[in-house]
Amino acid sequence: MSVSGSEIISADLSGLRAQFPILSQKVHGKPLVFLDSAASAQKPDVVIDGMARMMRSQYANIHRGLHWMSERSTEAYEAARTRIAEFLGAEFREEIVFTHNSTEAINLVAYSYGSLINPGQAVLISEMEHHANLVPWQMLRDRAGIELRVAPITDSGDLDLDAYGELLADGKVALVAITHMSNVLGTITPAHRLIEMAHAVGAKILLDGSQAVVHRRVNVRELDADFYTFTGHKLYGPTGIGILWARRELLDAMPPFMGGGDMISSVTFEKSTWAPIPAKFEAGTPAIVEAVGLGIAIDWVEAIGFDAIAAHEAALTKHALNVLSEVPGLSVVGQPRHRGGVISFTMDDVHPHDIATLLDRNGIAVRAGHHCAEPLMRRLGLTATARASFAVYTTEHEIDVLASTLRRIRQFFV
Amino acid sequence: MDENSLYNTIIVNRSRAPLHAGVVERATRLGQGTNPLCGDRVRLSVRTEKEEIENLLHETRGCAICIASTDLMAEAVTGRTVADALDLARQFTDMLENGSSMVETADAAMPDALRAFLPLRTHRSRLRCATLPWTALEEALDHD
Repeated sequence: MSVSGSEIISADLSGLRAQFPILSQKVHGKPLVFLDSAASAQKPDVVIDGMARMMRSQYANIHRGLHWMSERSTEAYEAARTRIAEFLGAEFREEIVFTHNSTEAINLVAYSYGSLINPGQAVLISEMEHHANLVPWQMLRDRAGIELRVAPITDSGDLDLDAYGELLADGKVALVAITHMSNVLGTITPAHRLIEMAHAVGAKILLDGSQAVVHRRVNVRELDADFYTFTGHKLYGPTGIGILWARRELLDAMPPFMGGGDMISSVTFEKSTWAPIPAKFEAGTPAIVEAVGLGIAIDWVEAIGFDAIAAHEAALTKHALNVLSEVPGLSVVGQPRHRGGVISFTMDDVHPHDIATLLDRNGIAVRAGHHCAEPLMRRLGLTATARASFAVYTTEHEIDVLASTLRRIRQFFV
Repeated sequence: MDENSLYNTIIVNRSRAPLHAGVVERATRLGQGTNPLCGDRVRLSVRTEKEEIENLLHETRGCAICIASTDLMAEAVTGRTVADALDLARQFTDMLENGSSMVETADAAMPDALRAFLPLRTHRSRLRCATLPWTALEEALDHD
């Protein structure tokens, strides 16, 4: 039953599991089978050690100390920004704004860019958005008299491109905000096409890349996007660090999101003036060590390479769809044309929370519930699903353990 | 599988075939509990006569724990006075959330069937599934 052997993982990624200390843990006396990476990925040694090393040897607050330690911290923090700019293919490193997560990045855009959208104009989202890319726009709608439009999905879980086009047609949409990959259905949205269609009617477009950046190379310039957000902890980095990328001219035109230290150029009691980007959007002491940790995680991911990652996840997803389809009573939710390593499912009328608890008793971690996408669940006619999601360290054996345990759970209930 | 500890026979049976599902005719009180985390929903209809619960039925959409807990609650409170039922609600929640010892709950005359949920104390993330119907009961009985 041990799943720590390099013989199990595909040849390209052999040895990776050993770099994740948590994967050798036992849960309820069983080897941990961690199939909840889409919620948050586990961290390799190199990230854990790198962050600890920084706090042990070269740490101080950034941008303000005139001493050696502060200078070293500042260098490391700004080097991480450069690294992330390269990772996303950004033209300028100043286009990378550190936030605390993708949710904050989207809120920043909704608040700040949202203040530049006129009443009567519209924001267009889709039916499969995470609450993070839905609630901030509802708040903007209610605050500023902006219309919120929702592009439907097809029954198979793809975005309905015809309907998307129709919602753009009257030219009122100022901003499209749409996921690059669904956290529930695994759907990879046709970003190039969505961006082209948005730009054709003069709309800007934000892509929520929290799931997508984990599975594929993203190049914001090649995509011709306007805003792109992601979070560090799904990309094998730490929690507490997220990224907003936006075109320089957009960031320049946007008012600050939060006020405080580090984001000003000068302050008097009468008036403050803003620092240039990206500092304008980074009020207060940022997540310094976490930014550095994310930079390390990205180095680690790129050393493996997205070709190898994509091949591994495609093989796992194919295997999982095969073995899960053979479990009696199990239905996979959605059959999108292009999908990443995320599979939501139901099993007869066994409640997903009961499935998750019983899987947990067997050491298997999955997510169950509405996955922070309640409107999508309603669209699918469900209240909840169970979800297995895969990462570079996931093995076919773990998926087999999932399938055989699901069979036993079903026998127990039906 | 060691699921017997939590998913024991009474819980599994009651979740599959609840004995107190339905809507009470001429109900005098209604209560609802929802769990936004999972979408589970308990609806109670209750008929009381002189502060005694004559009949209580439920419509529950939820997991096995939630359905079984609702059904066993219906059984436990029918025939009790409103004050007694509310007292039992507090004891049940206390048993799970604060880990009142089994001795203490025995003193308080906790019906045996409700003890089936004791293993939930080691599944803290599922406590709400069992306490949801009791929240709905409090709503029904507190508001005429």
